[in-house]
Amino acid sequence: MQLAIQENIRGIEAECGGACACATCHVYIDDAYLHLLTPPAQDEEEMLEGVAAERRDGSRLACQVIVSDALDGMVVEVPDRQF
Amino acid sequence: MQVERIVRDEHKVLLSDGQELAYETLVIATGSRARPFLEDCAVENVYTLRTLRDAEAIRAAAETTEGPVVIVGGGYVGLELAATFRTHFQRMVHVVEAAPRLLMRAASPALSALVAARHQEAGTVVHAGRCVTGLEQVDGAVSGVVMQDGEVLPAGLVIKGVGILPNQELAVMAGLDCQDGILVDQYCRTSDSSIFAIGDCCRFPEAFSGRLVRLECVQNAHDQARTVASVISGKAQPYTAVPWFWSDQLGMKLQTAGRWEDGMTCAVRDESEKGKMSFFHFSYSGQLCAVETVNHPALHILSRRMILSGVFPEISQVENVDFDLKRLLA
Ligand SMILES: Cc1cc2nc3c(=O)[nH]c(=O)nc-3n(C[C@H](O)[C@H](O)[C@H](O)COP(=O)(O)OP(=O)(O)OC[C@H]3O[C@@H](n4cnc5c(N)ncnc54)[C@H](O)[C@@H]3O)c2cc1C
Ligand code: FES
Repeated sequence: MQLAIQENIRGIEAECGGACACATCHVYIDDAYLHLLTPPAQDEEEMLEGVAAERRDGSRLACQVIVSDALDGMVVEVPDRQF
Repeated sequence: MQVERIVRDEHKVLLSDGQELAYETLVIATGSRARPFLEDCAVENVYTLRTLRDAEAIRAAAETTEGPVVIVGGGYVGLELAATFRTHFQRMVHVVEAAPRLLMRAASPALSALVAARHQEAGTVVHAGRCVTGLEQVDGAVSGVVMQDGEVLPAGLVIKGVGILPNQELAVMAGLDCQDGILVDQYCRTSDSSIFAIGDCCRFPEAFSGRLVRLECVQNAHDQARTVASVISGKAQPYTAVPWFWSDQLGMKLQTAGRWEDGMTCAVRDESEKGKMSFFHFSYSGQLCAVETVNHPALHILSRRMILSGVFPEISQVENVDFDLKRLLA
C-alpha cells in the first residue's frame, strides 16, 4: 500500500493511510503467491466484507500485506473501484 | 511555497516568492492549525501534534524527559497519545479535559464513558471538567501544570491537544464569507463562484440536516475534493457523503459512521464477550444518524451503508445480537 501511494498507482486510494479502517486499498493477489502471505487478521477479514468492488479469493487489503523477498514476482491486480 | 494573497478581481494568487499564478477556478484546502494555547509560557518539553515533525519531536522527548506526562485536551489526538505513552513508554499519564467528559465534541456519552474506563484501567488519570490555566518551570523546562483551582500537577512533558482553528485567513483577506471556517454551499463553493473550499478549513451545509458544520476528518477532505472535481468537470454532484472516522487506541478499534449529536436516542449492541460494542444513535424522528463501533469493522461498514440508504434497524433489532443486521440491506 505504501509503495502504491508513493508511486501514485491509480486505483489504490488508501484513505486511512494504512490503519485497516477504510477498505480503499483493496487488491487482488495472484493465486500463486496467496499462500505466501500471512492470512488476514480478523479486522482485515471484516473490512474485506465492505470492499466496493467484487470480493474474490485473492482479495486483500494492501495495507495489511507486508512485502518481502519471498513475494518477488507477485502480480497484484487493482480492482475497478474503491468506493 | 506559500500563497500569500488571493486577488479576486484579477483571478490570481500571489506566492511568497513574489510569483503570481492566474486561476480560472481556485480551491482553498488550507486545513487547520493547532489552536493557540498557553503561548505566553515559553518553556521546553511542551508540544502540539500536527505534523510528522511534531511526532518525531514528541517521540524524542518521550525518551529524554522524565516524570509524568500531562496531556491537555481529551480529544482523539490527546487520547491516542495518552495510550501510547502508557503502553509503549510506561509513563505516568494525566489527561486534563475542560469539558465534563472525554471526546465531548466527537463521541456520544456512551462511547466516551467506555473510552474513559479503558484509559483508567490502563493507569491513566483522567481529570474531566477541569481547566489548565498555566505551566510551571524549572530551568526553562516544564515542571508542572497549573489547574484553575490552584492545584499543580507535576509534569516532565506536556502535550497540548486542545483543538484546531481553520486556516481561513486567505479567504477572510479576500473578502469571502467566513464563520469559524470558510462558508461554502453543498457544492463546496464559497461566496465567490469561482472559488471552492474543502476539508478542515470550510464550513458546509450538512445534507441531511441543512445545518452548517465543520468537520475535521480525512473522509470529509477526500469526499469534498470529489465534489469539487465533479463540479469542475461539469457533472456536479452535491456533497452528501456519510462522514466516518476511526481511531486506534489501547487495542480498541473505534469507528464512527455518521455524526452523533446531543439529544439523540442511543441503542446498545453489546457483544462484549467477543470484545465488541456498538452504539446506534437515532434522531427524534427515528432516523439512524450515527453508529459508533468498538472492534467491529464489519458493522461499521454496514452502518455506513444503512445511514446512506436510509434503511434502519428497529431499536429492538439493534439490541438483539442474534438478529443479523445485514438482512436489512439484503
Ligand atoms: C495528529 C492528528 C491525527 C489525526 N487523526 C485522524 C484520524 O485518525 N482520522 C481522521 O479522519 N482524521 C484525522 N486527523 C484529521 C485529518 O488529518 C484532517 O482532517 C485532514 O488532514 C484535513 O485535510 P485538509 O486537506 O483539509 O488539510 P491538511 O491535511 O491540513 O492540509 C492543508 C495543507 O495546506 C497547507 N497550507 C496552509 N496554508 C497554506 C498557504 N497559505 N499556502 C500554501 N499552503 C498552505 C498546509 O501546510 C497543509 O499541508 C488527524 C489530525 C491530526 C493532526
Ligand atoms: S489503507 Fe485503509 S484499509 Fe488499507
